[in-house]
Amino acid sequence: MLEGILLGLQTALSVQNLLLVVAGCLIGTLIGMLPGLGPMSIIAIMIPVAINIGDPAAALILLAGVYYGAIFGGSTSSILINAPGVAGTVATSFDGYPMARQGKAGKALTIAAISSFAGGTVGAILLMGFAPALSSFALLFHSAEYFALMVVGLSAIAAFAGTGKVAKALMMTVIGLMLATVGESALFNAPRFTMGLQDLQSGFSFVTLAMALFALPEALYLVLDPKRGSTGGASAAIKDLRVTREELRKIAPVVGRQSIQGFLIGVMPGAGATIASFLGYAVERNIAKGADQEEFGKGSIKGLAAPETANNAACTGSFVPLLTLGIPGSGTTAILLGALIALNVNPGPRLMIDNPSVFWAVIISMYIGNIVLLVLNLPLIPYIARLLTVPRNYLIPFILFFTMIGAYIGQNNATELLLLVGLGVCATILRFADFPLPPLLIGFILGGMMENNFARAVNLTDGVSFMYERPMTLTLLVIGLLLIFLPAYRRRRARDLQKGVAPGD
Amino acid sequence: MALDKWIAVVFIVISVVYGYSAFTYPLLPFELNMSFLPNTMPMVLSVLGILFALIIILTPKPKADPEGEALGDISVSRLHEYKVGQALALIGAMILYALALRPIGFIGATTLFLVGTGWILGERKLHIMIPVALVGTGLIWFLVEQALGIFLRPLPWFLS
Repeated sequence: MLEGILLGLQTALSVQNLLLVVAGCLIGTLIGMLPGLGPMSIIAIMIPVAINIGDPAAALILLAGVYYGAIFGGSTSSILINAPGVAGTVATSFDGYPMARQGKAGKALTIAAISSFAGGTVGAILLMGFAPALSSFALLFHSAEYFALMVVGLSAIAAFAGTGKVAKALMMTVIGLMLATVGESALFNAPRFTMGLQDLQSGFSFVTLAMALFALPEALYLVLDPKRGSTGGASAAIKDLRVTREELRKIAPVVGRQSIQGFLIGVMPGAGATIASFLGYAVERNIAKGADQEEFGKGSIKGLAAPETANNAACTGSFVPLLTLGIPGSGTTAILLGALIALNVNPGPRLMIDNPSVFWAVIISMYIGNIVLLVLNLPLIPYIARLLTVPRNYLIPFILFFTMIGAYIGQNNATELLLLVGLGVCATILRFADFPLPPLLIGFILGGMMENNFARAVNLTDGVSFMYERPMTLTLLVIGLLLIFLPAYRRRRARDLQKGVAPGD
Repeated sequence: MALDKWIAVVFIVISVVYGYSAFTYPLLPFELNMSFLPNTMPMVLSVLGILFALIIILTPKPKADPEGEALGDISVSRLHEYKVGQALALIGAMILYALALRPIGFIGATTLFLVGTGWILGERKLHIMIPVALVGTGLIWFLVEQALGIFLRPLPWFLS
């Protein structure tokens, strides 16, 4: 492992990569602060740039920096104007915004930055332990297990979609898998479902789909609902970034607990930063006693530290399944996976062996990213926050333009732009009907791999007998099925409990 | 019927069409003896798609999700409050941009797009908007062309 760390240091500490981390964090913070633009949109917009860098380690370092920066930027807008740019920072606004209203905006930002730093750093240390162990285990996997693992990943994402949304999430996953079949078919490479269009022969472009699913609907929402991006009161001066030693002592246990809990939640596919931050907030509120508990929701520093630590630790945790199994656990890591594949790197258990520099450089750059956020971004926040006053008449045209140009330079094809607009309109309608979109993108990315592994397994055993003959495959498939039925069972039990039926009936 | 159920109905139609075209996919003679075919997974997917869509149609509407409210999520019930006209106009502008990008060239098309969408959104200070759009366009063109090395035709077809 030491060897790996040294290799990672060597790669991550090159001048170019250091600049990329800094640039990534800054860009992420800048854009992440704008209401309505979450890490998924920003990373989607940055992908063409990352792909053009060419070096996979450098590209991933840039994107990971953007990811951290975006989460931090999201916290900033949650605290300052109560407009979370990211779902993962909604819990931050519960206590962060009251603090800002009390004139303690500077202190709130510092606590947010320190907690994020601690969460991210602890997460990175845990990642160093977890990932190699998991990937040496994953080397035992055959294509049958890979297929089963992807089934588990997809059903876990659907299962965590929220109450009453599991069927919707599953439907979105199926749409994603269907979109993935457009283009050339698995194993045979003959065109399939292209409707005779030559532009579809190579399938849908992943960048176009990511932009259409995340960046475009958000921009359209800003247009539809002007209140959504309202930036009232952003001009309030931010001063006094200092935190007392006593306050640090107060939040230390919270940070410790939440960085581990957040990381573990992040590792689970489907449960990302959002669930981690809400759960972290709820747990800490229950643990707190007396006056401390009363203060939650009214500007408690513990209530601010908990979700901030948890969401950063969860972001780091979500890299575990991505780097070791090649299975993204969240929409953001799905986009990163797509970018890696475009750069000819196959994330999975062999990543550590085939591209050790990529693997370790990413981990090391996570530390560096965290330090950059703390040392560089925090002092700049009062200046960066002025960006919140950019009028929407200027903001929205540029967001739309960036999405379009991102799709265009990937393919250099005007048809791609029409596809982008069409898919974007569909995605907006789906969002209106409360369909979760990340399962669609994850289905799309995993679709090709899933079909290839399935095909290989079927050909090897000449049938589907591998599903019940290989114990590991069977176990994984059963877990996948259970995950789908779990939410329905829990809801039913909750209903029964309400009716007064004893559990166990 | 709620919007999500209508979408599920549309999706059933899509799944049936998709399943039909998978079923009638022209297989090569030698493929007929193989256990996995290019249309194996599509056929499974269309069945799953119909199944999940039916579940959505048949399950009763759950109670409002308080978490969604907290996020300030968008909802159809407030559609009349939204600026639908502006959004549609912007979508139209994006389609026009897609069609005009090649013939008019990057700089002209993008500047027009930025100023036009700004105008749709209610910006009337053209003496600020046009210079901002020009600087932004030029900067992006320079970055894409020089830093990323991707060719974007800057000028209209009759000049380049």
